[in-house]
Amino acid sequence: MKSAIIVFPGSNCDGDCFHVLSEVLGQPAEYVFHKEKFSAGDFDLIVLPGGFSYGDYLRAGAIARFSPAMESVLKAAERGKLILGICNGFQILLEAGLLPGAMMKNRDLKFHCHDVYLKVGTADSPFTNLYLPGEVVKMPVAHGQGNYYADEDTIERLKSENRIAFYYSDEKGRVTEKANPNGSAANIAGILNEGRNVLGMMPHPERCAEEILGNADGKKLFKSILEYLEGRSKIGKIGRS
Amino acid sequence: MFKAKINVQFKEGVLDPQGAAIKGALNHLGFEAEDVRVGKMIEVKLKAASLEDARTKVRTMCEKLLANPVLEDYSFEVAEESL
Amino acid sequence: MGRLEEAKKLGLTEEEYNLIVRTLGREPNDVELGMYSVMWSEHCSYKNSRPLLKKFPTKAPHVLQGPGENAGIVDIGDDLAVVLKIESHNHPSAVEPYQGAATGVGGIIRDIFAMGARPIALLDSLRFGELDDPRVKYLFGGVVSGIADYGNCMGIPTVGGEAYFNDVYKDNPLVNAMCVGIIRRDEIIRGKAQGVGNSVMLVGAATGRDGIHGASFASEELSEESESRRPSVQVGDPFMEKLLLEACLELLKEKWVVGIQDLGAAGLTSACAETAARAGSGIELDVALVPRRETEMTPYEVMLSESQERMLIIVEKGHEEDVKRIFEKWDLFAVKIGEVTGDGMLRVLENGKTVAEIPAKSLAEGAPVIKRKGRKPAYLERQDLDCSKIRMPENLGDVLLKLLGSPNIASKAWIYQQYDHTVRTDTVVRPGSDAAVLRVKGTKKGIALTTDCNGLYCYLDPYEGGKQAVAEAARNLAVTGAKPLAITDCLNFGSPEDPEVYYQFEKCIDGIAEAARFLEIPVVSGNVSFYNESSERKIFPTPVIGMVGLLEDVSKHCTLAFKKPGDLVVLLGVNTEELGASEYLRVIFGIEGGRPPRVDLDREKRLLILCLKAIRQGLLNSAHDVSEGGLAVAIAESCIAGNLGFKGKIRSDIRPDALLFGECQSRIVASLSEDKLPALMEVAREAGVEVTVLGRVVLEHFLIEVKDSRGGSKRIELSLGEMAEAWSKSLERKVEG
Repeated sequence: MKSAIIVFPGSNCDGDCFHVLSEVLGQPAEYVFHKEKFSAGDFDLIVLPGGFSYGDYLRAGAIARFSPAMESVLKAAERGKLILGICNGFQILLEAGLLPGAMMKNRDLKFHCHDVYLKVGTADSPFTNLYLPGEVVKMPVAHGQGNYYADEDTIERLKSENRIAFYYSDEKGRVTEKANPNGSAANIAGILNEGRNVLGMMPHPERCAEEILGNADGKKLFKSILEYLEGRSKIGKIGRS
Repeated sequence: MFKAKINVQFKEGVLDPQGAAIKGALNHLGFEAEDVRVGKMIEVKLKAASLEDARTKVRTMCEKLLANPVLEDYSFEVAEESL
Repeated sequence: MGRLEEAKKLGLTEEEYNLIVRTLGREPNDVELGMYSVMWSEHCSYKNSRPLLKKFPTKAPHVLQGPGENAGIVDIGDDLAVVLKIESHNHPSAVEPYQGAATGVGGIIRDIFAMGARPIALLDSLRFGELDDPRVKYLFGGVVSGIADYGNCMGIPTVGGEAYFNDVYKDNPLVNAMCVGIIRRDEIIRGKAQGVGNSVMLVGAATGRDGIHGASFASEELSEESESRRPSVQVGDPFMEKLLLEACLELLKEKWVVGIQDLGAAGLTSACAETAARAGSGIELDVALVPRRETEMTPYEVMLSESQERMLIIVEKGHEEDVKRIFEKWDLFAVKIGEVTGDGMLRVLENGKTVAEIPAKSLAEGAPVIKRKGRKPAYLERQDLDCSKIRMPENLGDVLLKLLGSPNIASKAWIYQQYDHTVRTDTVVRPGSDAAVLRVKGTKKGIALTTDCNGLYCYLDPYEGGKQAVAEAARNLAVTGAKPLAITDCLNFGSPEDPEVYYQFEKCIDGIAEAARFLEIPVVSGNVSFYNESSERKIFPTPVIGMVGLLEDVSKHCTLAFKKPGDLVVLLGVNTEELGASEYLRVIFGIEGGRPPRVDLDREKRLLILCLKAIRQGLLNSAHDVSEGGLAVAIAESCIAGNLGFKGKIRSDIRPDALLFGECQSRIVASLSEDKLPALMEVAREAGVEVTVLGRVVLEHFLIEVKDSRGGSKRIELSLGEMAEAWSKSLERKVEG
């Protein structure tokens, strides 16, 4: 499993993703600078890391989507390559139109950095196949603009197509208003595209993938990807890759 | 040279938490605000062949970058600027 | 108007002006006078504090860089070193809280990467007036979001700090930002302009008129006028700084980089004068080459601008294009503005014509030291408080709840949850504990970080207060399992021209120096901030101690949270009857007085040794420093953090409120499994520290009984839920209510 981590100006979780992929999972990973185009065939996974690309100026992710590397990401997505956008990476995927909806400032207008509980919405994806559907996991969030918005039709579609990967929930897996840290529609914390090869999520699995950090719930996400790519996952092959 | 004043705002129906906070503050100060919407004002100076050309360019800017059609509307005014 | 009058208007004294004339052998022109006035301001020259700062111990085998550089550096083994520095941004934050705090964070980060280090953590030590005041609320909210927006965007976790609230800080809040970086020993770079003919380059943001005379602004008291002088406040651009950070770290891997310096207070003037003075060289530069954001700027304005996110870089001649290539990658410019000379002069040209010519050493180091004499303040003569006249409240449970809800003790989650504290994936112990712990990737090690100071203690006894700040910081590190390594200090005081303030300053420094020497923790960097006062009030003397410690094995770190029902809870150290200066007296009786608790440094040292040993041997399940609010609050905090209760009996003849809420020093509350007690007792006996069993960790209940030898008793009985509620929601209610 060879990964590309796209470095935008202002990315700041690029090193964290690199660390987890290379040190924790022991898989090859490379940084790709936003000014470079790349060939999708060279990588199995493309990560759009968190941070503040272009300072979040104008709108989070709005400027980054025009970088040359994103052209390659769009092509790779079309070919069914796995693409994971975390936090600012999720925002970029939304702005680029690879995922539906948009991101707004958190409901209370504050940056939120703390652990949240997530209910796994679907295990039927290359990113979540090692989780159980409905399983509750804990991950940190750290964002000021994680308030997911989409019109009702889109939300209904996401639900009916089983494309909501994670919901903000309480410890017991109840998807409640109180457990919603930022005001996201339907408590959505992460969604898949139609082809299920693109995942965008606000919580940071790379920040909870080692016991020394007190929580390794996020490691399963990366291991799921490895399982899938190595053909061991129960979900089989998706899309046209 | 032309100067465009572009206004980007949340669409009707999209919750505007900044607007809600400001409305609260205004009411607290006794202004009885009915509704507050917060937007962005963006000024762009640009070269164009004509006013019409400038308007076309600004519209494209808005659609491509300055506003997110999922949740924002935009409006603008363009005027010629003497150097 | 004569030149001398002009000089006085810029804040220089007659003596200083005469010295300038003697140094130059002529009268200074406008540009030169401006440059002198900022460089010889207190903020840049430390002219009021320099002789006293010499009292600090600054040397130790592990110190790689002591005071005098952009930041201090200590060796942590494995070819790695830790870089640390704390700095104040009090005055800018008082007039424009958001930008003032943001640019404070930006400046301290640049100090760290100017040494070649990757910044890995931020801490913020904050002090404000009481939150009932709407303006205080505005300042507090602005400062917290300014820190958050800057640090979060940079991707540097804000892992700790403090927040205190007292009306003495109402007009003049304190905003002290600390940054810590990590570097390979062989990649350390210093701010020196060496090698005649080498190129001096300016990189980063373009120069505007912002912040001219900011350094002088920080060297006077705040007044009504300060508000109207807002143009002095700069605007920060964290995105630009992030690019600058990445570009500089990429650049600093190159062997042909000679030196680098942040442009902070006094901008280009200071950066050039300091780098040249450190190397004993000179610099000749042309202001016409400086990229600008505004038109028609004069040489005076260019030299004094405090525009943010700029760095000065000195490279070997011939490598200018290499520098440009690296900065272009990050969409930044890099421009050669001059070169290193051998004549020791800082020569400023405009399009080839000389507009200023000053010996660099005179600018950077020549400000005459102002010898001041302190006078013991009158209030210190009549401070004895007769505690026997204070009637103990009937219900001590209510007292405990009130203390837990005091903003000075209550949870600071409202603040630190707005700071990204988990980015970089190194944060092993998050904010809200005694000290933050970070792992050091690629090694087994960890570092622990804290900032500490009790301003009220320092006010009531400057010497003891200074000592206590060091002791408390060391203890906060020790309870995580970290051995204290080094101090960076931020000394916040009123006007040094007031002999009583100067007395406080002198005594605080004596106390810090004494404790640092005794506990063998060198001071490696720091900052002095004077003139923290308004016409209405002076701040408490507030010498904030930032401290870094080392854990050889980060997996053996300890936290304050109780872990297991049934564990024994013990006190390491002894209780003494000291009620003075306590949060208890302040919150319950409105008294800010009495003698603050004394630190017996020998006792403290033994306690630190015991704590570190016990944690290293894996004897303790939790450890927590006893500080504001005393023993009862410390136990309650360990309960809340672990979501567990406590049941215990304490036998003592100390009056119960002093026992439970007094803040006597050198105490740690720890918990451990019962079978480890003999081993702990053995280690404690060797170290010469008393250990008393206080009770046990239980599920939900909180019960402390105090019994004296005459049969008297008092009890506190509460539920974990009500304690947690009082502690966790209080600050949020104050700010948002």
